[in-house]
Amino acid sequence: MIYADNAATTQMSKAAISAMLNCMEETWGNPSSLYGLGQRAKEILEDARERIAACIGASPKEITFTSGGSEADNQAIRSAALLGAQKGKRHIISTAFEHHAVLHTLKKLEGEGFEVELLPVGELGTVTAQQVSEAIREDTALVTIMYANNEIGSVLPISEIGPVCRERGVLFHTDAVQAAGHLPIDVKAQNIDMLSLSAHKFHGPKGIGVLYARRGISLTNLIEGGAQERGKRAGTENVPAIVGMAAALEEACAHMEENAAKVSALRDRLIAGLSWIPHAALNGDPVNRLPGNVNFCFEGIEGESLLLLLDDRGICASSGSACTSGSLDPSHVLLAIGRPHEVAHGSLRLSLCGENTEADVEEILRAVLEIVGYLRNMSPLWKDKVSGKKEFVL
Amino acid sequence: MALYSEKVMDHFRNPRNVGVIEDADGVGEVGNAVCGDIMKIYLKIEDGIVSDVKFETFGCGSAIASSSMATELIKGKPLSEVLKLTNKAVTEALDGLPAHKLHCSVLAEEAIRAAVRDYYDRHGIAYDPKDFPDCDSCEGCHG
Repeated sequence: MIYADNAATTQMSKAAISAMLNCMEETWGNPSSLYGLGQRAKEILEDARERIAACIGASPKEITFTSGGSEADNQAIRSAALLGAQKGKRHIISTAFEHHAVLHTLKKLEGEGFEVELLPVGELGTVTAQQVSEAIREDTALVTIMYANNEIGSVLPISEIGPVCRERGVLFHTDAVQAAGHLPIDVKAQNIDMLSLSAHKFHGPKGIGVLYARRGISLTNLIEGGAQERGKRAGTENVPAIVGMAAALEEACAHMEENAAKVSALRDRLIAGLSWIPHAALNGDPVNRLPGNVNFCFEGIEGESLLLLLDDRGICASSGSACTSGSLDPSHVLLAIGRPHEVAHGSLRLSLCGENTEADVEEILRAVLEIVGYLRNMSPLWKDKVSGKKEFVL
Repeated sequence: MALYSEKVMDHFRNPRNVGVIEDADGVGEVGNAVCGDIMKIYLKIEDGIVSDVKFETFGCGSAIASSSMATELIKGKPLSEVLKLTNKAVTEALDGLPAHKLHCSVLAEEAIRAAVRDYYDRHGIAYDPKDFPDCDSCEGCHG
């Protein structure tokens, strides 16, 4: 099997599994308990918090454990909205191609009287600090912009957007789910007020994530109950997952540079090979790009068929076609960068990690070339384009 | 559980009757690129019987499987029976489709009807237009 869907989830690292097993076998107490077993669990919980904080330049008290990236996004945005509303600020700036955890939360807030402004992301799928600066108003409560896009891999200029927001006195949240463990993060240097991350995107376990909130930013609870997480997130801490996340993040950060160099070389080989396919186009920023992300649109075919045939050849990938999104519309990200529906249906995302090899890339290239040719050969849409009855889009 | 039945996967992986009939007696094309699926059916008719049928499809796995199964169900059949083919029959022959994929079987039924209608039109054969509802009524795209 060739696993090329690391943006969906990653295989857990040995270090993370071993940390979790050890915790489940030895330190399974409740961190809120008074006796030794509980207190030892508390110790490893706080140790994990310190190590995770160190990986992103935060202090431990600024780290809140959540059930994952979606919860962290929800809580960050809800908290900032409430803080804004208390000062009469009800304007929120974001982008058109955020993850649904952000977009759907913003949609709800719109129903609650907030005004949401989604910045256009252009053909490359990015925004500039200037766009953000021009959009900020007196009543702006929050700027929430992703660090890197999960579908098309564009890396956004967070280090430039942060200072703009700080200077204008507006809270800045970034959904760093695709960036954490893959790109350097320093919340202090980058002027990030709030940040979300998710363990299973960097070889940690699923169902655990982090909301970083700068000291002084009061969080609003999504889950009420006990006093865990300084009273900001009730529920007994998922200690095994938290220590697994800490182990995975430390490992990812320790090898970040070498890993990025290796993976981006594979990525570039894949992009170069797929570019040979006629009437195909790379999606996302070709330069400022996640090390492992490859995303193409192929004209005249539909993405789900492509995925199923790749699966038959042992290749795991994903697509932004309507058929894989479970809705009638293709990916909002591809539409946001201006891809027409018919082309967006024919998209393929391959997301690599350090475990992938050059042989994987060669096999993927062979498979995609053959399958795209096979599907085009049975596609009446493709034939109409070849015969000139319809125009090529790409 | 897998997304598709084994029958669907079989017809998707090894689609029957893919291709073009250059001298077809009737051709029907339904669907559109915006929705992400287009089916085109070619019919060869001899003595009121479908002597040959081919299809081309742009679409997902279930669209290709539905086209393949539909062509198998009408091959060798008289047109009177062909017109009785329902999307339900296509779905059942495939051992079911996920709910959000049912429109693929509707497209297959409509593509076949469109091809028969084209055959009637070309050969000046009278028919009841009510037997040929418009593709625009398909909820898959327009619901």
